[in-house]
Amino acid sequence: MTEKTNTITLSDRVKDIAKDFGLPRLIITGFLVLLLVVSPFVGADLPTQISNIINRFSWNGILVLAMVPMVHSGCGLNFGLPLGIISGLLGATLSIELGFSGAFSFLMAILLATPFALVFGCIYGWLLNKIKGGEMMIATYVGFSSVSLMCMMWLLLPYHSPNMVWGMAGKGLRTTISLEGYYTQALAKILQINIGNLSIPTGSILFFALLAFGMWAFLHTKTGTAMTAVGSNPEFARSSGVNVDKIRLISVVMSTWLAAIGILVYEQGFGFIQLYMAPFYMALPAVSAILIGGASVNKASVMNVIIGTILFQGIVTMTPTVMNNMIHLDMSEVIRIIVSNGMILYALTRKTEETK
Amino acid sequence: MNKINYSDYLRRFSVPLMFVIICAVCAPISGLSPSYLCNEIVTRMGRNAFLILSLLIPIMAGMGLNFSMTLGAMAGEIGLILVSDWQIVGIPGMILAMIVSVPISALLGLFCGKVLNMAKGREMITSYIISFFINGIYQLIVLYLMGPVIPIKHSNIKLPRGYGIRNTVSLLSMRQKLDNLIPLNIGGVKIPVATFIIIFLLCLVIIWFRKTKLGQDMRAVGQDMGVARDSGIDVERTRIISMVLSTVFAGIGMIIYLQNMGNIATYSSHSQIGMFCIAALLVGGASVEKASIGNVFLGIILFHTMFIVAPKAGTVITGDSMIGEYFRVFVSYAVITVALIMYETNKRKNKSKAGEQLALAQEEANE
Repeated sequence: MTEKTNTITLSDRVKDIAKDFGLPRLIITGFLVLLLVVSPFVGADLPTQISNIINRFSWNGILVLAMVPMVHSGCGLNFGLPLGIISGLLGATLSIELGFSGAFSFLMAILLATPFALVFGCIYGWLLNKIKGGEMMIATYVGFSSVSLMCMMWLLLPYHSPNMVWGMAGKGLRTTISLEGYYTQALAKILQINIGNLSIPTGSILFFALLAFGMWAFLHTKTGTAMTAVGSNPEFARSSGVNVDKIRLISVVMSTWLAAIGILVYEQGFGFIQLYMAPFYMALPAVSAILIGGASVNKASVMNVIIGTILFQGIVTMTPTVMNNMIHLDMSEVIRIIVSNGMILYALTRKTEETK
Repeated sequence: MNKINYSDYLRRFSVPLMFVIICAVCAPISGLSPSYLCNEIVTRMGRNAFLILSLLIPIMAGMGLNFSMTLGAMAGEIGLILVSDWQIVGIPGMILAMIVSVPISALLGLFCGKVLNMAKGREMITSYIISFFINGIYQLIVLYLMGPVIPIKHSNIKLPRGYGIRNTVSLLSMRQKLDNLIPLNIGGVKIPVATFIIIFLLCLVIIWFRKTKLGQDMRAVGQDMGVARDSGIDVERTRIISMVLSTVFAGIGMIIYLQNMGNIATYSSHSQIGMFCIAALLVGGASVEKASIGNVFLGIILFHTMFIVAPKAGTVITGDSMIGEYFRVFVSYAVITVALIMYETNKRKNKSKAGEQLALAQEEANE
């Protein structure tokens, strides 16, 4: 009898933990752990794998961090991330066009991207304030329209730097621009640690940590608390004297700016600027990463960002190598599509105040 | 009073009007002959109309633009791939492909409807993500399971490695078989009569469906879910049925679309189809909550005229062919964005109007 009740409470407790953690998240974590355990046996080098994961974490972390402010202010997941990415790309290309080089060009790219991000973010935030309740769908299409508009602009804007334009025509930017001689590895090289096959881009991680700490600190300031209040109960926030529209605008501008910085950090790790249709689907991996980390449509923390990015990038980097070594079959792309979109779908179908 | 109506009309038809202007400006610049344009538009009408008509039912049920019509398109493609492996040609092949696609579409529609019932109030973004999610499953099936699990005999549609389907599957054996079933040529314009008859039949079905009990229920659900539920309508079931119907029609539409194209781009045919169909419908003057059959045809004419003339006009004006290409993609996305924004602002306006009326009524009651 007692044994029976014990097992029930135990299984209940396990169920409770699973419920708290979310079943999909549990499966994904289990899957990643399995991959890590299996990888040495199928002949993949574990230190290389781990440094791959850390590297990709440092590339993508800030793009995922950009989700946090808008989720907090109740604007939902920022599917309009490409808009911020475009600001970053404008900063990057302008920095090269103006002739800056080396690590200094990275700093200039950030400085040049900032005004674009602020202006675009303001317009975007103003728009989202007009259409409260339908943010996510419109954000998606604002992102798409801006990317396709910029496709024309990259061809038409008067760029001349020979490192960026098409060789034959002498105008129109190339689809991929190498950052060799500019800011490739600008952050990663700072204090880089190399132990055998394991290499850690300390600079990039410190930069991420700085921004993440900034975000955490911001959320504990007066404005940050107001933001959380607006997100969890706009009516209550309004009645306690918070300017809801202004707070939402701030969150959108922050998110856009972080996306701009995020893409620059991504580029310094990757070594290339990708233009035209490249930013098109960049929102989806970032969205699913933060969701895998335990965020929901209206709740997200810096911890969710860190855990989510590690899990998501872990799966993205580990599956191809392990799968290839095991069954000579690269299904990673398909798995990535199913996992990331399945995760977004899971989050969208959770019950919230709106959908009840 | 008249003035208000006038501006109301202007807003409702602002998008079609804008497109008339774009087309009127670009068409002469592009230098394409009118007969070529006519031919192209008639062809595209036959190709796309069925697909776009499949969008009407979820709009009626208040579920917005069905971004997951892609699901039906994928089911249609699976049907066609299997049929071309069984080497059944011509019209019988098409019919068999439709028969194969219907249960798959119905299942996918059921899944989609169930998921959307869990995400009321954000159907559009959810249906949009569903289309991505199912695309992953589709790739899993077509790229890995076709061959070892689902028998594929003929190596001309298989990848060289022995399993999975090639990037393009030729449909030469049924290419434009339906379009040319009843040949008709008026002044150099080829008219796919049989395709138009099928499209006309679907229009009739939709008109008839609106008048049935189920159709009325759907409109009630679209108007107000709470009221519909109180009056005894099974809201969830009605919504699921509307998704199933839409997906099944989309599957059949995709088969008609592909028989006109003559080949399947296995991994990309379906990916853009939803976006272009929705853009065309919106260009025809439809909105997120209201769309008619007239919108479909007006939309096809305007949107596809723009689609044909924009790249040419772009090349003539800027000397770069890519500008026009990007321009038409941009316009498609921009149209959807504007329509969504208009829908959301209207929704808010109506809500505040309803609130004001409620307040007025209460005041009157107090007096």
